[in-house]
Amino acid sequence: MGVVNSNTQVGRLKQSLQAKSAHDRFLEIIVYVSMIVVTVLTIYPFLNVLAISLNDSVDTVRGGITVWPRQFTLENFSLIFTYGSLITGFKISVLRTVIGTIAGLISGSMLAFTLARNDFQARRFVSMFLAVTMYVSGGLIPGFILMRDLHMIDTFAVYILPGLVSAFNVFVIRSFIDGLPFALQESAKLDGANDFTIYWRVILPLCKPALATVALFLAVGQWNSWFDTYLFNGSNESLTTLQYELMKILQSTTTSATNSQDTANMAERMSQVSPESVKMAITIVVTVPILIVYPFLQKYFVKGMTLGAVKS
Amino acid sequence: MKTITLGTENAYKKRRKSAWKQLKNQKYLYYMSIPFVLWVFVFQYLPLWGWTMAFQKYKPGIGFFDQKWVGFEHFRTLFRDEHFYQVLRNTLAMSFMGLIAGFIVPVIFALLLNEVRVQSMKRFVQTVSYLPHFVSWVVAAGIVSKMLSTDGGVINDILLGLNIVDQPVQFMAQGHLFWGIVTGADIWKETGWNAIIYLAAISGIGPELYEAARVDGASRLRQMWHITLPGIRPTIIVLLIMSIGHLLGTGFEKQFLLGNHLVIDYSEVLDLYALNYGLAMGRYSFGTAINIFNSVISLMLLFAANGVFKRFTNESIM
Repeated sequence: MGVVNSNTQVGRLKQSLQAKSAHDRFLEIIVYVSMIVVTVLTIYPFLNVLAISLNDSVDTVRGGITVWPRQFTLENFSLIFTYGSLITGFKISVLRTVIGTIAGLISGSMLAFTLARNDFQARRFVSMFLAVTMYVSGGLIPGFILMRDLHMIDTFAVYILPGLVSAFNVFVIRSFIDGLPFALQESAKLDGANDFTIYWRVILPLCKPALATVALFLAVGQWNSWFDTYLFNGSNESLTTLQYELMKILQSTTTSATNSQDTANMAERMSQVSPESVKMAITIVVTVPILIVYPFLQKYFVKGMTLGAVKS
Repeated sequence: MKTITLGTENAYKKRRKSAWKQLKNQKYLYYMSIPFVLWVFVFQYLPLWGWTMAFQKYKPGIGFFDQKWVGFEHFRTLFRDEHFYQVLRNTLAMSFMGLIAGFIVPVIFALLLNEVRVQSMKRFVQTVSYLPHFVSWVVAAGIVSKMLSTDGGVINDILLGLNIVDQPVQFMAQGHLFWGIVTGADIWKETGWNAIIYLAAISGIGPELYEAARVDGASRLRQMWHITLPGIRPTIIVLLIMSIGHLLGTGFEKQFLLGNHLVIDYSEVLDLYALNYGLAMGRYSFGTAINIFNSVISLMLLFAANGVFKRFTNESIM
């Protein structure tokens, strides 16, 4: 993107010195106005949530908080750290994010390495075998029955094992390895390295950009998922995740007690309707870790998305 | 004749030997892929075997061969259920709205962002636009409900302030608004992310095209229309076909999290139907029939879309 723009920069400069046509000026106004609108629409809700989370909970009820807290306090945050279920949820969420990301990186990169080898006999078969899973899935209930038959309900493993191999991630890493010179592998082979050593010592260190992309996808997916908790571990308090706990708390007012989607937790919900500011404080706690990480990985995932889309 | 046979036999033996040798040579590649192939088989393919449940009167706890087979009975029940048609309507409506919005809005956003000449602003807007993609639907749904709420929601504040309405609108309690809210939430969350690929495609267009157009006196609007848009056409088509394939698989998280009992006539989609009327009630076979219906329609749509586009544009993704 940058290269293209700097190439034509001189031309554009010349052009902007000349009088612009009415068309161009009109376009310019549309462009900048819409960019400002997009930015405000995206950021305002987050600032609003942040302001409410930092505002006194009684004062918040009066309404009218926009992007700045009226009566600043950290009480909402100290309050939520006394909720036992949130502490457990935080631990489980961190645990599944760390383990799930590492496991997914290892499995994804290993498979990608074998699929990037043109001389690998089973390459076409494995490739097809994986690609099918991107379009066909058994669905909710067969998946649930399988987990039950494998005795994975009410276990931590249900967060990690089912999603361990993701076709999309494998293809992202493979297309990155495809771009590396094959001579690297050949020379390592001449030095007597076996394929595993080549993968571990040669390819993996070179794959860091692709791995960063996939790590971000995996980590965000793990951190953000709540439905597997709802489906498999919802009743097991020692295994619920932060997102699931937030879901329960947020749904406690947006839905009333007669909500047919989840009557089981009705009594529990009635007893824990939390004030607005506490909800917003939890939202911030759940959101912030990811918001800190993603801008730094931007250049990687932009590339990764493009590679993945081209290949798949 | 004999020598030829011998010759091929020898060649065959040789080939088999070399294949065996290659297999041995590549043993590490096999070690590194077979475990994951088995993995995929267990977690992705075995559920497909579970589809047999839809043709049985499945009872948990007894073996596969002891189940009672009932043929298409569950499908007949499904197609006779009036509720099913309401759910199907909701699914199709929200999927199509999501599809149209989900590919038109990012294209427009990418085109406009590409016209921003101040690089720092361009980068800032783009980074900001990804932000909602990274938050979970739990958080996004919470934010959307907050913005639309009747006490202190910014949308109602604005509408009241401009005297467009004289009472706060109960957005989350009106069924006929639900599809729009879900689509809007989707646009808010995914536009920036979906624009990444279009922006990458735009940056791949040769600058000489634009220069030639400028020499010919084309305004930027015309350059956008005659160069940028045709330049990303293949990308648009591929992504469109892919999203048609995932049309009914667009999920149910939004509907689950934004819906409530007041709008359930508009919010319930196929997966939620399977969840509420299959899993929650222990009617596994019936629920599986719903899942199968969903998957089969998705695949048909994918092939149909691919076929249509192939005929008109000679481009295919499969």
